[in-house]
Amino acid sequence: MKVKVINRVEARETCERKGDLKQVRRNLNPELHPFERAIEYTRALNAAKLERVFAKPFVAALEGHTDGINCLARNPKRLNSLISGSASGELFLWDVPERRTIYNYVGHKRAVRAVTVSECGSLCFSCGDEGVVKMWRVPHAPLGGVTQTVDHTAVAEFTSDQVLRGIDHHYERSLFATAGEKVDVWDHERSTPVHSFVWGADSVESVRFNPVESDIFTSCGNDRSIALYDIRSGTPLHKLVMQTKTNSIAWNPIEAFNFTCANEDCCLYTYDMRRLDIAKNVHKDHVSAVLDVDYSPTGREFVSGSYDRSIRIFKYDGGHSRDVYHTKRMQRVFGVRYSGDGSYVFSASDDMNVRIWKAKASQKMGTLLPREKSKQSYNAALVKRYGHMPEIKRITRHRHLPKSIYKTKQLRTTVMESERKKQRNRIKHSAPGSIQPKPQRKKKIVTRLE
Amino acid sequence: MAASGRKAVSRKHREARGQDGTKVVLATTGEGPNKVVDRKLKGRMKREGALDREAAKNAAGVEFWLNTHDHGELAPENELEKTWRLKQEEVASLVEVGAASKRFDLKLEDHGPYACNYSRDGRWLLLGGKRGHLAMLDWQRHKVVCEVQVKEAVRDVCFLHNSVFFAAAQKKQVYVYDKRGIEVHCMKEHRDVEKLTFLPQHFLLASVGAQGILRYQDTSTGEIVAMHRTKLGPCKAMCRNPFNGVVLCGHAGGTITMWSPNMTVPLVKMLCHRGPVNSLAVDQSGRYLVTIGSDKQMKVWDVRTYKLLHAYFCSAPAKSVEISQRGLVGISWGSRVQVWKDALHVKAKAPYMNHQQDSGYIRQVSFCPYEDVLGIGHERGFSSILVPGAGEPNYDSFVANPYQTRKERREHEVHALLDKLQPDTIVLNPQAVGNLKLDPKEIVAQKKQEQRAAIQSRTTKQREKNEAKNKMKGKNKPTKRHRKKQMNVIRDQKEALQELVKRKDRDNRESKIGEDVPSSLKRFY
Repeated sequence: MKVKVINRVEARETCERKGDLKQVRRNLNPELHPFERAIEYTRALNAAKLERVFAKPFVAALEGHTDGINCLARNPKRLNSLISGSASGELFLWDVPERRTIYNYVGHKRAVRAVTVSECGSLCFSCGDEGVVKMWRVPHAPLGGVTQTVDHTAVAEFTSDQVLRGIDHHYERSLFATAGEKVDVWDHERSTPVHSFVWGADSVESVRFNPVESDIFTSCGNDRSIALYDIRSGTPLHKLVMQTKTNSIAWNPIEAFNFTCANEDCCLYTYDMRRLDIAKNVHKDHVSAVLDVDYSPTGREFVSGSYDRSIRIFKYDGGHSRDVYHTKRMQRVFGVRYSGDGSYVFSASDDMNVRIWKAKASQKMGTLLPREKSKQSYNAALVKRYGHMPEIKRITRHRHLPKSIYKTKQLRTTVMESERKKQRNRIKHSAPGSIQPKPQRKKKIVTRLE
Repeated sequence: MAASGRKAVSRKHREARGQDGTKVVLATTGEGPNKVVDRKLKGRMKREGALDREAAKNAAGVEFWLNTHDHGELAPENELEKTWRLKQEEVASLVEVGAASKRFDLKLEDHGPYACNYSRDGRWLLLGGKRGHLAMLDWQRHKVVCEVQVKEAVRDVCFLHNSVFFAAAQKKQVYVYDKRGIEVHCMKEHRDVEKLTFLPQHFLLASVGAQGILRYQDTSTGEIVAMHRTKLGPCKAMCRNPFNGVVLCGHAGGTITMWSPNMTVPLVKMLCHRGPVNSLAVDQSGRYLVTIGSDKQMKVWDVRTYKLLHAYFCSAPAKSVEISQRGLVGISWGSRVQVWKDALHVKAKAPYMNHQQDSGYIRQVSFCPYEDVLGIGHERGFSSILVPGAGEPNYDSFVANPYQTRKERREHEVHALLDKLQPDTIVLNPQAVGNLKLDPKEIVAQKKQEQRAAIQSRTTKQREKNEAKNKMKGKNKPTKRHRKKQMNVIRDQKEALQELVKRKDRDNRESKIGEDVPSSLKRFY
């Protein structure tokens, strides 16, 4: 008879000598790991709770302006600099990590409406109510070097005969476009516009260049239109008229044929520039006019600021916002920008403050240890996997809203519900097929012009 | 025909190859994403299913390298040698010194009979004598950790979440002691307790006794989670199902009941024996239940279908039963111990081992986890015997580590508390957590039935209409005649027949696969 019995030698199972690493043994037999699903679910629930516990998105406020801030621009070449312009004509260059102004650009006598930084990152252009574009020099933001703010005057001026509302710089060449009564394209070297585009009589609100197909740009104006232009052909391409005015446009930097526009009707619309007859997506959640929008450099998310005193972060294909940020002191938000690394969000509001927020509310900033990193990704995966469970869904979806937004939201839901009900009844009591309900994505489009 | 059938099967199953080159066939999960209408969800489910399969495949791949120890066994060299003839002295003489030292007798003449309980890592042993002797031992090192004389009857003993605390069911109440032997708690709610069991993932201590009331107490918060009246009289047999945390009680009327803290009535109640149920045990996979009764029967039940699989005859009513990690069944009656191998999924012809304990009657047998050892608590103390092939040779350090240090134990305790499950996760199918709730089978069947009946009634009506001759203009057009004919083709049985064929096909497939599969893939079969 052969007999074999389990006989472990303790020294071999633990550590033979004192300095040795302890042995870890695994047995993946599922019978030794009962309640696998239930344990995972419990962990997912804890992870969801922790995520909300650590959700502290507000990082800092940059104070210094003496009037409401109208515009924001970030430097495409540097992570640490931000430019903001206010209604009193101030234009500040901020060192973001130090949270102070480096340069005070002196020269605007009336409100600054828009600001942009050139593709090289060493020049910036601002325009305002006095109808002059001013070119300024942008230094490297010193890291903890200079302590006092330096006044700076404009390097060059470009005089236009109109009130300017928007400006944006070309991504590859030394060109920039301004929006006023017409859309002008300027060269750094010339005092008169290179191109002028006129389509319709009304004034234009803002312009944005395409980051990839860089000669194409869009504008939106008071005549409720969104227009596409090509510098190479020197003509406007398409025009889309919606029911309400569009305030701002942002191109998706990764899928550069898609752009999102912030509309007066509380929604954002994502369009494919090749198919303007239907929106790709309608992003709802704001309860007042959306004033500005900006994409994350990853192209997967964008941030929007609204007249309802909140900023929201949407997934590029999400119908509702992923997160909402607000504080008691933050007023109407006129400008929002993502930081160059996609981990922060800046907002400029009427209360004379630029605010810095984390893009992911519960993210721990700074260098993570490998174990922390793996734990966090494990938690994220768990929440994603069990996100459909009612308990977890409730926790992850819950956001506290200020009373004004909460009440308005309720009111809007009631209005929309009654409209829907009316439409349903209308269809029910009409001849079959006589009423064709229009899809949500087409509803707001009035016409498309070539 | 046969070839095409085989092709269809192979398309539906994924192949994996273990590290040792064995070919493994993974079954598809059946009711998968195909039935889901939502496209986004469907995609997500597909991805997650693929991830699951990938993980299982990887587990199968590394199992060969991880599981370095072989399990114990008794291998007869010729047909005349029988394993059940082998005596303990012979076993001890044939194995290594280290293993032979695990066979020992503790002579505790005045305090017996003894109840015993091993900790979940197999390192610690708890003894409780009928005359009030409580002892905790580090049995492999032959050391006594603590010893108490409580001066009243000890009916059962049980480790709590780790080796630091243990519970003892005494004459009136249940007490909790720590490893220094100091009484930590007296749980007055638990009166006249006969049996104790602890659910480690839920931190629940369950007790049942003379009152026939099953009580669950959360040992981390201290509150009584549930209290169920079994209404079946005093209860002396209890065990837990390690797979789903359901507690099973055996009653004097021959019934057993399955309980969860969430339901005031038993989840399952089944009549198992003629006469009282003496003891019961569920195996590690939660598939097989073994009950022994005063009717001299040992019965093996399938817990999934609640059907009797095999019945074994004992020469006397057995008193105690236990199933080891690798599926060996140990039973005792009088002073005799019998161990059965392969007795669960097939009917065994002869016992695997026999043992005669010459020291009075045996109160309890208990297999030690991760060791080939069977502990016997009897009238004159405690004995430990060798049963090759009983324990799982490869332990998982993160589940139960016999060589745990104090620091590791503390860390493990924290993690266990973080992952503590709520009592409402105790259900018959623990894999149901996080699943989409579909319509119950009966409702689906009912809906199908209604649908079929509606179609049936419509066609019969049409047929009747067709039968009634109606000589009118336009009724004799070729298309109309063709349509009428089609209506008369009888297809009423078609759907039922199709279903029958499908079921047969599935049965054929299921019977072929699932042999020679690594244990980490077994859940797919």
